[in-house]
Amino acid sequence: MTDWPILSAVTFLPLVGVALLLLTREDSPYGRRNILNVSLLTTVFTFVLSLFIWIGFDNANPGFQMVEKAEWLGTGISYHLGVDGISMLFVILSTFLMPFCVLASWHSVEKRLREYMIAFLLLEVFMVGVFVSLDIVLFYVFFEAGLIPMFIIIGVWGGKDRVYASYKFFLYTLLGSVLMLLAIMAMYWQAGTTDITELLAYSFPPHMQTWLWLAFFASFAVKMPMWPVHTWLPDAHVQAPTAGSVILAGVLLKLGGYGFIRFSLAMFPLASDYFAPFVFALSVIAIIYTSLVALMQDDIKKLIAYSSVAHMGYVTMGIFAANAQGLQGAIFQMLSHGIVSGALFLCVGVVYDRLHTREIAAYGGLVNNMPKYAVAFMIFTMANVGLPGTSGFVGEFMTLIGIFRANTWVALFATTGVILSASYALWLYRRVIFGALEKESLKSLLDLDMREKLLLYPLVILTIFYGVYPAPVFDATAASVDALLNNYSAALQAAQSVALTAN
Amino acid sequence: MTADTILASLQLSIPEIILAVGALALLMVGVFSGERSGTTVTGLAVALLIISGLWLVLATGEGQAYGGAFVSDAFAKFMKVLALIGSITAMVMTVGHARSEQLDRFEFPVLIVLSTLGMLLMISANSLLSLYLALELQSLALYVVAAINRDSLRSTEAGLKYFVLGALSSGMLLYGMSLVYGFTGQIGFQEIAAALTAEGRSLGLVFGLVFILAGLAFKISAVPFHMWTPDVYEGAPTPVTAFFAAAPKVAAMAMLVRIVIEAFQPVVADWQQVVVFISIASMLLGSFAAIGQRNIKRLMAYSSIGHMGYALVGLASGSMAGVRGVALYMLIYMVMTLGTFACILAMRRKEGGNVENIDDLSGLSSTNPFMATVLTILMFSLAGIPPMAGFFAKYFVFMAAIEAHLYALAIIGVLASVVGAYYYLRIIKVMWFDEATGEFARTAGELKLVFGLSGLFVLGYVLIGGPIGNAAEAAARTFF
Repeated sequence: MTDWPILSAVTFLPLVGVALLLLTREDSPYGRRNILNVSLLTTVFTFVLSLFIWIGFDNANPGFQMVEKAEWLGTGISYHLGVDGISMLFVILSTFLMPFCVLASWHSVEKRLREYMIAFLLLEVFMVGVFVSLDIVLFYVFFEAGLIPMFIIIGVWGGKDRVYASYKFFLYTLLGSVLMLLAIMAMYWQAGTTDITELLAYSFPPHMQTWLWLAFFASFAVKMPMWPVHTWLPDAHVQAPTAGSVILAGVLLKLGGYGFIRFSLAMFPLASDYFAPFVFALSVIAIIYTSLVALMQDDIKKLIAYSSVAHMGYVTMGIFAANAQGLQGAIFQMLSHGIVSGALFLCVGVVYDRLHTREIAAYGGLVNNMPKYAVAFMIFTMANVGLPGTSGFVGEFMTLIGIFRANTWVALFATTGVILSASYALWLYRRVIFGALEKESLKSLLDLDMREKLLLYPLVILTIFYGVYPAPVFDATAASVDALLNNYSAALQAAQSVALTAN
Repeated sequence: MTADTILASLQLSIPEIILAVGALALLMVGVFSGERSGTTVTGLAVALLIISGLWLVLATGEGQAYGGAFVSDAFAKFMKVLALIGSITAMVMTVGHARSEQLDRFEFPVLIVLSTLGMLLMISANSLLSLYLALELQSLALYVVAAINRDSLRSTEAGLKYFVLGALSSGMLLYGMSLVYGFTGQIGFQEIAAALTAEGRSLGLVFGLVFILAGLAFKISAVPFHMWTPDVYEGAPTPVTAFFAAAPKVAAMAMLVRIVIEAFQPVVADWQQVVVFISIASMLLGSFAAIGQRNIKRLMAYSSIGHMGYALVGLASGSMAGVRGVALYMLIYMVMTLGTFACILAMRRKEGGNVENIDDLSGLSSTNPFMATVLTILMFSLAGIPPMAGFFAKYFVFMAAIEAHLYALAIIGVLASVVGAYYYLRIIKVMWFDEATGEFARTAGELKLVFGLSGLFVLGYVLIGGPIGNAAEAAARTFF
């Protein structure tokens, strides 16, 4: 354990980058260069610093580590930070993806580069803040604040329908979140604290749990997103610039899953148990329905967006299976999806930068002149399908085992999703990469340049590494997940014995 | 009354006395130095308000004065400081616009000082009579100020409308007061509370209570007594609108809090229904009616109606947490409003003077990034998005509502805030997503200062919120 506030440092380090960016000017090529360098250095440095969290992390300790606490706004709201096995890796994921976002925007962002980078660095602060908060109000502040930079990113640097997409993104997620805010207040008056560690130890009365669970569900289901409130995601993804899509798919969607684990499952076990079939139903619908929808898309980004919804269906299913395999699998699936879907959006960005279209029909036969690209894209497509040996397999398989133990029928239907995901992903790959290189516009395309290799190759390595050797992730999460599940089953048992004695 | 009690009373009300005597002195300065003394008098008036404020903070004790008609306590001090800050800021913002809006007459600062005096007295009023007198002092000055640009049709129309509807509401208030006096036999707030019991209250008293609430709802422009607001906001000269939106609202809200919490505490169930209703109606109307607005001043009028609804959410709970929430809400609301109006005042073309349409802001982020960033921060804050101060304002009032189990109110309130977010986002969209159509003239220094400070406060609230919250809590503790 370190004695200096590493979590605060990691969270707020990007603000230093923001301050430096405010001093730069954009009107010359050198100015542009400076902006890019400052942003890249800031994000890389933040990532390196965040690795110290992992290094200093004690895998055997199920509780919160590296805790910082200070008085903040009165009425019990404190500035309380800490990580446990569930949140730690998400912090790393967020800081890890940021340098890729900067690199992905190297040439493609032409106007207002400085504001763009500031927005991304602020977004990083808020994302990391969500995962390290140990006060529920602080959590909410970070959770909601993330909407602001993302709204600006989609709206200013987005595609043709960016205004509509940014409004939809903002208002949809806000609508879900405000109900959660009321639930947070109700929890404060019931338990007398907004401290997450104390709330985790508090058991809410069963009747209240139901309402609180629903309020939190309203927020996280939109954020996740779950069917039928997923419709903002394809719009946001299609309109957002490449880096925006990467962060959206890579990290922002994980906020919902993280919230389900940290709050819904851990604080309201009775309600989670009660609503589990409901969540299963929505998840299965999401897996099958959105996979079918993905099959029919003619926009590459939209297809990947729908596939994200389907993959998040595995996550929600795994979480509410409420056993070690399901929960571990869900966390792993989220991390893996963060890397894989981020990489897929980067792949789309590579060809979009060259051709400025995302129509699947505009492509075909790229394997002939872009072999390196074809290999990288192949690996991420396979990871998206869940091929053994890639990180996508581990998460999907674990969640399916978990759900099989909880409910066989759900597992049966969910497994069809694997087949469906193979069909849409492989079909996409076939249409974009294989076939004859006939279109004139495609013939002059060059293969990956240095920057793009730097973008995609590390992700390729990680995808395969975690597919073959997932142990580092499971080691980090195991203790916390076990502790959570022990509390969960203890709460259910206690409720059962109360019900028995009442009879 | 002995000489001692008179002296003690005078001592408690020195800030008010400074303003009263000072206003008369300023009037003489203006009259004797002729037409073009506006600037001098404005400067002196600002100095006067600052002196009064300093005296209030540093040297005024607590207690009742003038036989219980006037009270100075922590709550009064908190709200008075707000009202004074609002008046001072509004006055500073007029400097650049004095000539074009005919605000360079010396009467203008004098009227502002007089209405501020009225506000301070309203906040400290502890009986029905002193409340009414203070309210009228403030209102009469405001009616004249609304119509100060007498060559402008819109300004005179605004003034007249404000006067007619204001007189009507004063009449209702007075009628309600007479009923309350008739059924309790008392005019002091504590005495009224002592004479009331929840079971033994008569129907006449409830009538009186409702009339009083209606009269006061008019002053804070809560639905259904809001009709004057959009027209007056749009018609009055913009610096005057900025003044209307800030300080008088604070004073009227403080008065409302004091009268329902102190005088009508025993019949809380009766007034709670009314406050819940006007709160819900204001939040909904403020959110939905603003969507269609094109004029930013009208939009701010509906926005202020909505915000009064949110502040009333705290009052509806009738608890200490609620009053604390209201006090904080008014503080944050005032800062946001003043900042926004400073931005609106800065919407001035090189040719053709001031513009008021939302579309005139298009592309502001590329022509004037600083102002666009501040206005964006303020809009997100008005919409209640964290980490801006506006979020914490809403957080504390809704927390009080949840504590009082007013779930329907809280749910409708937060949903209305999502609707409200839509039109605040529209302003941000116009500034950031749209192409620039034209540039504004260089922003005057004092406006930059006001909106800069306001933006800084809204953003920095996460750092300084602790002490501010404690001050609001101390203010709320007065009543409990």
